[in-house]
Amino acid sequence: MRARFLGPMMIAAAALLEAAPAPPQAPAQAPAYRAPRTKDGKPNLNGIWQAVNEANWDLEGHGAAPGPFWQLGAEFSVPPGMGIVEGGPIPYKPEALQKRKANFANRMNLDPEIKCYLPGVPRAMYMPYPFQIVQSTDPIMMVFEYAGAVRTVYMKKQPAPADSWMGWSNGRWEGETLVIDTTDFNDLSWFDRSGNFHSDALHVVERITALAPNHLNYEATIEDPKVFTRPWKISMPLYRRIEKNAQVLEFKCVEFAEDFIYGALRKVPLK
Amino acid sequence: MHQRVLAASVGIAALALALTVVLLAQVPAAAQAPKAATPAATKPAPATKAAPAAKAWTVPRTPEGVPDLQGYWTNNSYTPLERPNGVTKEFYTLEELRQVEKKNAEREEEQTTPGTVADVHYDFTQFGLDRSQTRLADNLRTSVITNPENGKLPPVTPEGQKRAADRAAERKKQGAQYDQVQNIPIGSRCVWMNAGPPMMPPGYNPAYQIVQSPGYVTILVEMLHETRVIPTDGRPHAPAGVRSWMGDPKGHWEGDTLVVETTNFNDKVAFRGASENMKVTERFTRTSDDAIRYEFTVDDPSTWERAWKGEMPFVKIGGPIFEHACNEGNYGIANTLAGARKEEKKAAEEAAKKISTK
Amino acid sequence: MVTSLVTSGLLLAVTTVAGQAPAYRAPRTPDGKPNFNGIWQAMNTANWDVEPHAAGPSLVRELGAIAAVPGGLGIVEGGEIPYRPEALAKKKENQANRLKLDPEIKCYLPGVPRAMYMPSPFQIIQGQKHIMIVHEFAGAVRTIYMENHTEAPADSWMGWSNGHWEGESLVIDTKGFNDLSWFDRAGNFHSDELHVVERIRARSPETLSYEATIEDPKVFTRPWKISMPLYRRVEPNAQLMEFRCVEFVEDLIYGHLRKQPSK
Repeated sequence: MRARFLGPMMIAAAALLEAAPAPPQAPAQAPAYRAPRTKDGKPNLNGIWQAVNEANWDLEGHGAAPGPFWQLGAEFSVPPGMGIVEGGPIPYKPEALQKRKANFANRMNLDPEIKCYLPGVPRAMYMPYPFQIVQSTDPIMMVFEYAGAVRTVYMKKQPAPADSWMGWSNGRWEGETLVIDTTDFNDLSWFDRSGNFHSDALHVVERITALAPNHLNYEATIEDPKVFTRPWKISMPLYRRIEKNAQVLEFKCVEFAEDFIYGALRKVPLK
Repeated sequence: MHQRVLAASVGIAALALALTVVLLAQVPAAAQAPKAATPAATKPAPATKAAPAAKAWTVPRTPEGVPDLQGYWTNNSYTPLERPNGVTKEFYTLEELRQVEKKNAEREEEQTTPGTVADVHYDFTQFGLDRSQTRLADNLRTSVITNPENGKLPPVTPEGQKRAADRAAERKKQGAQYDQVQNIPIGSRCVWMNAGPPMMPPGYNPAYQIVQSPGYVTILVEMLHETRVIPTDGRPHAPAGVRSWMGDPKGHWEGDTLVVETTNFNDKVAFRGASENMKVTERFTRTSDDAIRYEFTVDDPSTWERAWKGEMPFVKIGGPIFEHACNEGNYGIANTLAGARKEEKKAAEEAAKKISTK
Repeated sequence: MVTSLVTSGLLLAVTTVAGQAPAYRAPRTPDGKPNFNGIWQAMNTANWDVEPHAAGPSLVRELGAIAAVPGGLGIVEGGEIPYRPEALAKKKENQANRLKLDPEIKCYLPGVPRAMYMPSPFQIIQGQKHIMIVHEFAGAVRTIYMENHTEAPADSWMGWSNGHWEGESLVIDTKGFNDLSWFDRAGNFHSDELHVVERIRARSPETLSYEATIEDPKVFTRPWKISMPLYRRVEPNAQLMEFRCVEFVEDLIYGHLRKQPSK
């Protein structure tokens, strides 16, 4: 059974990783890891995964900062992060950079996350909540705890019927890597809580490769000629949730956002 | 400057004796001090030969094989950053240093006149909020600054002067000191207590703990429990968008000296008026079981016309480092602000009374 | 619902894998001890509530879903904290007033074990005589004394920690707490008789197994235990950053004492 096979693989991979001195080496330097296979011979990416970084606050490197809502004090301050954008700041066109700054200034009204709106891609991948990869031959599904968002990755290419928040994903395997090509986004989601945004010309190409039994390497190239001067790239590890009872729970947050969205329309206004 | 040249030829041990006259049980140190106190006149070779501990001291090493800087240390000292006005020489004699220390200790112990505002503050020495009750890391230098040679900060650039003026104007715009917490000195707010770099001794509790693990040197500063975690694996600095009060330190070993380069400061730390582009390079060299020589260079071309350097000794103290839960116990801010509001209210009521009785 | 069917299927797989992992022997430090050096972080919702809990709204309407409470299966073994009856009443009162009372909001030191599952990283720096655990949140720091064990010289927020090795496990015995920190944002609390014994061992090169037994006869009817994995931050540029939050909360704490009070 698949699970039993993973046991010795874990030890072997552990030995591989043991060789790496602290701090860990960049993925390129570690010997190439060969993930265990699914029944149909593909790298097995099944499991519950989660990002452990501060990208959902701000994709770019940033120091700690007061949160946008002082009443929550340090519970809702912006934690510092080294950033996940490769090679310098996001290459905005000048007018787009102005829009990004305006977004930031008004983020407590504009960030779609407040209203429990779908997070889009790649933001869904680094929300601070787990998601599950459910891998059949076709499609591969990603089920996100946050807002019950879901991505369907079609392994036999299909065209998008319409624009959507999560985009339309076509996937293929390149050796050990799952390559996901996503287009047909609307322009309504943000990349993070800091107002980084895109247009409906967004095109995301992700590459997901197993690094070790409990780590995936995730990269995404982001292209949007209406907003950026050139494509740019993010990269980060994804961590497997290893507690025995790990599961994706329900986070139906619409109810929690309704007062924010509709509170002004109450017959009797809230205090 | 001269000292460093001598050190190269004499050896670390003699330099340690010259610069860090420590109050040790071992008599030899005290006996050597007068000779070493005037280094320009001292012939280096005899000083070494006369040292009773003729066996060369070697720096202990961690299991990793790098110099062991671990332990509890202090840089407690009355030596000012800049040479006092009226002092022209680079080094005091030991007797002169003791005089300086005695005068400062007496000032700390001065009794305040009952009934005055000064008296409302606690007696410094009673609560150990002074220097004299902690071991002093004796520094014969008349200033921490070694370069410029006059022991003073270099001239400030026009940009630096403008920035200082802008900052002062902004502060003035915010109102009086007790109008809002943000106007109160940053140390009283428990936000920042000048942990450095460079590491200048605080007015009290000047205690540090160094713990090393493979690839890291960690310095725990007791005041405000600031921990500098310094990687020595040659990784690059954080991206430019990452700014902080303590900056982003990166270290490496040059022989037996730990060299730490710190950048990525925010624009609030403003050490002596510096900008966020300040770069501080520190050098830690263990000179004996009891001492570490600490040198630093501050480089900020947008603030000073040239880089400047300083030097001070760290000496061993007993531990431990105590928790400094500053923000948690900050009654001072609440009480002074409440007091200021009360006084305003009282003044307003009295003014209203005067008007109504007219 | 599709999600739960699929989940339970994979749950089985995950359980089996974890159950069969043989005891892992961590690489050694130069002085022969298990090497826990590195930057670690918990990945759970314990800082929201150490007990099992469903998702829930934020106490602050204006923040909508951003500050909503995500669900979690909890890290308390057995599910429930064994409060004494009067203490349970106090916990509920804490929870109802947590916007005013949670010390985290005021950027106060998080105490132990909360510091270990704050949603930000910490770094373990392993010397021979001392092991430092440096937390990003509020710059909290724990010194674990590995020799010359003494009593706490005074009470403190982070307690006084004496540590020793038991084979692959680092055992940390901490006392000398004050009664001011909380265990989480849900109002779970303790008295100054809190006594925490933690056991940390490596379960793989990139994960630690963390357990803590919590004892406080003034508050609980018996000792209770939490357990969770800790994950190594593996990005090549992982480093502890500065999360100096006092400035961010000054208006919260002192805003009402302004000359012109903030709203």
